Order: sequence, then structure tokens, then C-alpha cells
Amino acid sequence: MKKLSKGARTDLLTYAGVIIAFIIVSVLKANGGLNRSQTGLLVPICCYIVMAVSLNLTVGILGDLSLGHAGFMSVGAFSGIITAMSLANVIPSAPVRLMLAMIVGAFFAAVIGFLIGIPVLRLTGDYLAIVTLAFGEIIKELITCLLVGVDSEGLHIIFNVSGSKTANDLNLLEGGKVIIKGAQGATGTKTIASFTAGFILIMITLVIVQNLIRSRQGRAIMAVRDNRIAAESVGINVTKYKMMAFVTSAALAGAAGALFGLNYSNLAATKFDFNTSILVLVFVVLGGLGNIWGSIIATVVLYILPEALRGFASYRMLIYAIVLIVVMLTTNNPVLKTWREELRSKFGKNKNKEAKDA
Amino acid sequence: MTEGSLKNMNPPGTWEAGTPPTIKVKKDPLVPVTRTSYLPERDADKTPILECIDLGITFGGLKAVDNFNVAIGRTEIAGLIGPNGAGKTTIFNLLTKVYQPTHGTILLDGKDIATMSTAQVNRAGIARTFQNIRLFHNQTVLDNVLIGLHNEMDYGMGSAILRLPGYWRAERIAKERAMEYLSLFHLDQHAMDLAGSLPYGAQRRLEIARALATNPSLLLLDEPAAGMNPSETAELMENIVKIRDTFHIAVLLIEHDMSLVMNICEGIVVLNFGRIICKGTPDEIRSNPAVIEAYLGRKGAKKL
Amino acid sequence: MKFLAYLVSGISLGSIYAIIALGYTMVYGIAKMLNFAHGDVIMIGGYVSYLAAKNLGASPLVSVLIAMAVCTVLGITIEALAYRPLRSAPSLAVLITAIGVSYFLQNSALLIWGANPKAYTPVISGTLQLFDGQLSVSYISILTVACCIVIMVGLTLFTGKTKMGKAMRACSEDKGAAQLMGINVNRTISLTFAIGSALAAIAGALLCSFSPALMPTTGSMPGIKAFTAAVFGGIGSIPGAFLGGILLGVIEALARAYISTQLSNSIVFAVLIIVLLVRPAGLLGKYTQEKV
Repeated sequence: MKKLSKGARTDLLTYAGVIIAFIIVSVLKANGGLNRSQTGLLVPICCYIVMAVSLNLTVGILGDLSLGHAGFMSVGAFSGIITAMSLANVIPSAPVRLMLAMIVGAFFAAVIGFLIGIPVLRLTGDYLAIVTLAFGEIIKELITCLLVGVDSEGLHIIFNVSGSKTANDLNLLEGGKVIIKGAQGATGTKTIASFTAGFILIMITLVIVQNLIRSRQGRAIMAVRDNRIAAESVGINVTKYKMMAFVTSAALAGAAGALFGLNYSNLAATKFDFNTSILVLVFVVLGGLGNIWGSIIATVVLYILPEALRGFASYRMLIYAIVLIVVMLTTNNPVLKTWREELRSKFGKNKNKEAKDA
Repeated sequence: MTEGSLKNMNPPGTWEAGTPPTIKVKKDPLVPVTRTSYLPERDADKTPILECIDLGITFGGLKAVDNFNVAIGRTEIAGLIGPNGAGKTTIFNLLTKVYQPTHGTILLDGKDIATMSTAQVNRAGIARTFQNIRLFHNQTVLDNVLIGLHNEMDYGMGSAILRLPGYWRAERIAKERAMEYLSLFHLDQHAMDLAGSLPYGAQRRLEIARALATNPSLLLLDEPAAGMNPSETAELMENIVKIRDTFHIAVLLIEHDMSLVMNICEGIVVLNFGRIICKGTPDEIRSNPAVIEAYLGRKGAKKL
Repeated sequence: MKFLAYLVSGISLGSIYAIIALGYTMVYGIAKMLNFAHGDVIMIGGYVSYLAAKNLGASPLVSVLIAMAVCTVLGITIEALAYRPLRSAPSLAVLITAIGVSYFLQNSALLIWGANPKAYTPVISGTLQLFDGQLSVSYISILTVACCIVIMVGLTLFTGKTKMGKAMRACSEDKGAAQLMGINVNRTISLTFAIGSALAAIAGALLCSFSPALMPTTGSMPGIKAFTAAVFGGIGSIPGAFLGGILLGVIEALARAYISTQLSNSIVFAVLIIVLLVRPAGLLGKYTQEKV
């Protein structure tokens, strides 16, 4: 077999790392090496890893700053919850329902991503960022207005614009069940999410994102990011590839949302607000733009950090903020940067960098 | 005719200086456009690859380019020269639809490109380089050319993600072709380097390689020799002729280096203040008083 | 008459947005960064004026002045410690740092002052009855609108006529060239942050006078809205921020009254999206195409 290129090697190492981590955590879990609160973190961490990797596709690979990624997660979460809950009697197998929920979540998020993409991708830079933020908030408020129930007749959906309607207005038949109660969000959801499902979703996400990056489509997307005018001049349809990256990213976020939603018995739409989008963005930026395994590591570390700091109780978010600022300042410090690059070229790890400095 | 060493490298067809225009001025009243271009004789009986008819663009009242009429033969190397700010790059931007023309028609191989986008124009056959180099700096030299080969590959997103056989086949062929393009420009040993790390001259060559990878029938080069030393320029001249001879395509170049223009261009258009002041062979251009005046000013022209 | 009442409340709400947006837009114009911590400076301004009035017994005017002083120092400090070292860093790094600063301020406030909302005493109370009592306009509304207009005019004159203002405009256009012309870029940026933060303190006092519950998260949503307003009007443009703020406030108030309370923010954001699609650089912004 031919020698693998650097990119392909990184990809394989990423898969290997995730698989090894999964095995270690599964063994620990089976032997009681994790306490209850640690076990509870597993599924959310998987969801946020998928969120970070998918957002990296938009921010790192496509180069468009999105501040509304949680919106897609929200769409996926609630459409996934509705799917899983309404099929509870038809499909008794929880893993199958979970899988269907994730597919439906991904589908609806992709559709919403496409619709949002039409106006959003015409803008650039900070304007694009503010519009994605706006869409994220709009999705949140729209879901807050949603009343959904299911009974033997099927789904009942009310869009509660005036704010005066309640779950009783759904007119559910005997034995019916309210799935989403407006501002309260989804209540009484049967939690069928599992760590294994999270692991599989991560692997699927990695296959999709990494294989996409190393294809003609991925090269086109990165060409658009690096120099839009040059990309156009070599015949790349900019809108098409922006949309491809944006919709793929949204779909993956939707699948992650479905898994996330089915991990909690109660979930309000306000969970997926601006702050959640920012949280994921922080994972992506600290992990390195366009760096997939970086996103995974940053997510795990930064998600566990506040939990690990629980002993410091009220100081933990303050410490988190300080860590964030200090990391940004040190990674972008010009002096430290050249120092790091010198170190790297000394060990002959990266010859290209050297040529660049010359 | 310029009797340089390069003459021997121009085998397809012959090109005689001072030949009367092979395409006569059309007197047909239905087409109120005068076509007064010289085409190399070997291309004369074919549709010109590019034809601009009364092309123009206005920026807020300023006529940046006006009444631009030019035809370029299918295997011609043509030059577009003129003082700074004459509107040369603007014409490239019009031809590639980066700017939308205010009026006029652009015919590429006889087809109107009015409704096309920049990307579609490239797929239709115009590739270009940029005055201020626009490479994908953070990607490897090889990837830059592979991006140029984008539309030459045909697998879809599905086979990319699932890595179907079509993906591997297309990627392998594309890589081989990309390496061929790179070796044409002696860039093959730098294939895995970052494009941004190349020296200036090599970056210019890489841009040409990338443009060629899109399989154009007309190559637009915007100041290809800028920032090159004389030996690099000489090599570039050979390369441009080699490109034309190998791929049988037309080349239109903007250049300030007169030795390059006079040596390899068969037809030259001189632009000043957005208007054509002169068209002809290098010899005709050299002796044209209007050209001398445009470059040196009225006083300078008198002194000569 | 009801409509007029909604309009008045919209304009006064919009004036607060406008004051915050002016701070946003000035900082953006010169530092080309989205200062996400701006909303939290507003919150700090609110707390400082609250405490000055409560603990020192300062009059409303004095308490606002103290808040302005504190926020100015805070703004300059934030800029010097967190943003200045990142001047040549990619814009995303600056954005994440700003988010970090925002978390820092919110959580510091949480630790110092607790999560319980404080009841803010409005800087001015009472209402003006118009049309035989059919329309009542609170004095705070009038004060807000007046403040906003004075600030807008003041800033326009400052940036247009004074030497420092011209330096600011030069820096926002081209920092390198400004430096070559002998302008101290760092000092000019500091000054901009100082002005923006002082405005944030005024906005904080006015905002809390409108909705007297003061919490560590008080500044977040108005901050985002004001940022929206700045983009709406054309970010970097002073009259744009004013116009954007007022329009946003009016749209929000009318949407809340006539369409849906729950969806009022959505309507505001939807209008922003539509405006940006028609005018990609906002209402009064200049659209510059990349030169090829």
C-alpha cells in the first residue's frame, strides 16, 4: 500500500482516538468506574462533539461565522422528540426509534438550514454572523409558541401566536399525550438516548465531514473560503458549495439535537439560545478552525471543565471565562507564536512553515 | 515581424506582418458594428475564440471602458497594453463577468456570455490569472491545481462521503494530471508545499498552472511577468508560447514588459483612458505615434 | 391614541437601543470587532449607579456620573488587557475573547451582587399628561429621547469637527496610514472604548429606569438588540446607529402590541434580515466591493 498522505493519517488517527476513548469509557462504565453525574455527561458530550465538528464545517472549512448553530440543534431536538414520542406505540424498539428520530431531526434541520441558507449565504462576515444569530433567536421563539400532542388520530399541532392557548386546546382524545407545551418545551419525554448511539453518531459525523473535506467538494468549499473570487474564476459555483457545507452542518446539528432531546425528560426551547451557539463556537475556535480532532478534544475538555470545577461552586464560570481569555491571548500572542514555530522547525516537524518564514 | 528566437517556436500557421485585415469591415447595415481586428492567418477562417463588440462599463458616470472592439483568433497570442489606469484589468473583469458590462456583447466561440456568471464563463472556456496573485495560500501547491481541475472530475457528494470506486478513480486521474501541469512549470517538486510559501515568480507560474487545469480555450494573463527577473521572464515567454502550442488555445495577456509583449504577441491592442487607441502587429504598434504619445505624453513624443 | 402611546414607548425604548448602538458602532468602526462585552458594561453601569444612589445617597445625576467614570475606566482596562494584545490576531480570536470578557463580567457581577434582581430607583419619575390625560408620557421617556439626541449630535460633531474625532475616522479607515501620519492609534482606540463605555453607563441607568429589575444578565439581550440596531442602520455609521435603534424600538413596541408578545423579538430580527437582504450594508452603511 502506498504511503498515506498527512491528511489521511490525521483522519485515521481521529477515528482511532474516538474508538479507543469509547472503549475505555464503556469499560469504566461497566465496572462502575464512573459515578452517576459523570455517566450523565456522556450523551451531552457526544452531542456537543457532533455540534462542534459540524459547526467547524461552517466556521472552519467554509469560513462563515455562524452564531445560530443551536437553532439547528433545537429543530432537530424537537422534531426528533415528536418522532420518537409519536411512534412510541408503533415501534417498540427504542434504538430504532432513536435512529428514526435522529434521521428526522437531521432532515428537518437540513430543510431549515437550506431555507435559512438562501438569504444568509448572500451575506459575508459580520453581517452573516448577525443574521445567523437572528435566525437562531427566531427558531427559539417559534418553538416556544409550539403546542404539539399526539393521540390515536395522529399529531395535533397548534401554533400559539397570541400566547393565549394552552395544551387543552389541542383537543386530544382519551389516551392522548402532550409532547410539547409551548414555553415549557417538551415534557415527559421518554429518555431513550444512549452513549452507544452517541458514539455511532460521532463516527458517522466524522466519516461525513472528513471524507467531504478530502474530496473535490471539500476542496471547492475551502477554495471559496480562501479566495472567493479565485474560486469563481476556476469555475466553482460558490453558492452551491456554500450551501452544501451549510446544509450538511445543519443536518448533523439536527441529528445531535435529536439525540440531545431524547436524553432529557424535560427540555425547553430556551436551552438552545444564543449562549449555546456561543458555547459550541468556543469549542470550535479553541480546538482550532478546520481542525476536526481539535474540536473533539476542546469539546471534551471544556465541557468537563465547569463540571470538574463544581467544587469551586460559584467561581467555576468565572474561572471558565478567565481560561477562555488567557487561552485566546496566549495562542494569539505574536511572541509566543514565533517561539512556537521556531521550536517546531527545530525539531524538523514542519518544513513548510520554515519556507514560509524565509 | 519580430524575428526573435521565439519565431521558431510558433509552428501552427504562419503570421505575416502587415497583412491586410483578413476579416473585412462589415458593410452590412443590419450589423452596425465595425469589426476591424487582425487575426493570424491560420485562425482567419474560423470563428474567433473571443469577440468583443462595443463593450463598455460605466462606474458612476465614469466610462472606465468604452467602445471596446476586439477579436482574438483561436490560437493567437494577443497583448493588451496601455498606461496605468487605462482599464486593462477592468476588461479582464468584464470578460470573466466579475463586472457586468454596461453595454456591448462578448462572444466566446461565437456564443454570447451575457447571462453567465463568473464560474459559468470559466466552464465555457475562459480562465484567468490575477494581477495581485490570488492563490489558495493555505493549501498545498497540488491542491491549488486540483481545485482548478474541479469541473474535470465528476463524482458527486455521495461517492465522496462513501468513498465509492468513482471517487478513487477520479482522484487518482486528477492527481496525475495535476502533477503533469505542475511539471510543465517546474513546480512538481514543490507539490506538497503550501502555495503561500512559494517565491513570487513560482506563485505566478502556479496561478497559470491552475488556470490551465480548468481546460480553457482562452487564457487571460494579468501581468504574468510582474516581479520576475529577466531570466524568469525569458522562461515565462517560452512557457506562454509552449502553452499555446501544446494546448492549441488562445492567450490574451496584459503586460508592461515590452520585450515580452513585442516578442510573443501576434496582435496587440493599446488602451488609453478606457478606449482603444491602436490595434495591430508589434511592428505597427511600435511605430504608432498615438501609442508613443500615450506612454510618453505629447512633449515626450515630440522629443523622440 | 393607543397607537401614539405605543409609538412613544417604542421611541423611548429605541433611544436606549440607539445609545447602546452608538457605543457598539464606534467600537466596531475603529477596532473592527464585535464587542460582545458591551452589553455587560451596561449592566455594570446599572449596578454602579444603583449602589451609588443607595449606599452613598448620591443624587441621580451624580450616581450616573460615577457610573460613567467607573465604566470608562472599565472599558479602557478591558481594551488594554484583553483586546490590544490581539490587534493583529484573526477576528474570530478577538470575538471569542470578547465573549470571555462578557462571561467574566457577568459572573463577577453574580459573585459580587448575587443573582437576585435589585429594584432600581428610576433616575426620574412622574408622567406628563397630554390630550386631557388620554396620552401619558413618562418623564423618563422624554429624558431618554433627549439624551439620545444630544449624544448623537455630540458624537457627530466630535467625530466631524475635532482633531481627536478626525484621528478616530482616520484610524477606522486605515490604521497603518494613520500611524504614519503621526496619530497614536492605541490612544485613539482607548478613547473610543472610553466614550463607548461612558455611553453604556448612561444607557444602563436609563435602561434600569425603564425596567427596574437589575440582574447580572440585564445587559445581554439589550446588548444583542442594540448590536442588531447598529447593523440595521449600517455598522460604523453614527446616524445609522441612531436610526437603527429608534426603528428597532418602534418595531418591537408595535409588534408587541399588535402582533404577538411572544414573537416580538422574532419580528425585530425578521425585519433586520429583510433589510440586510435589500441593503447588505444596512440602511445607511456604505457597501464596498472587493477590488479585483
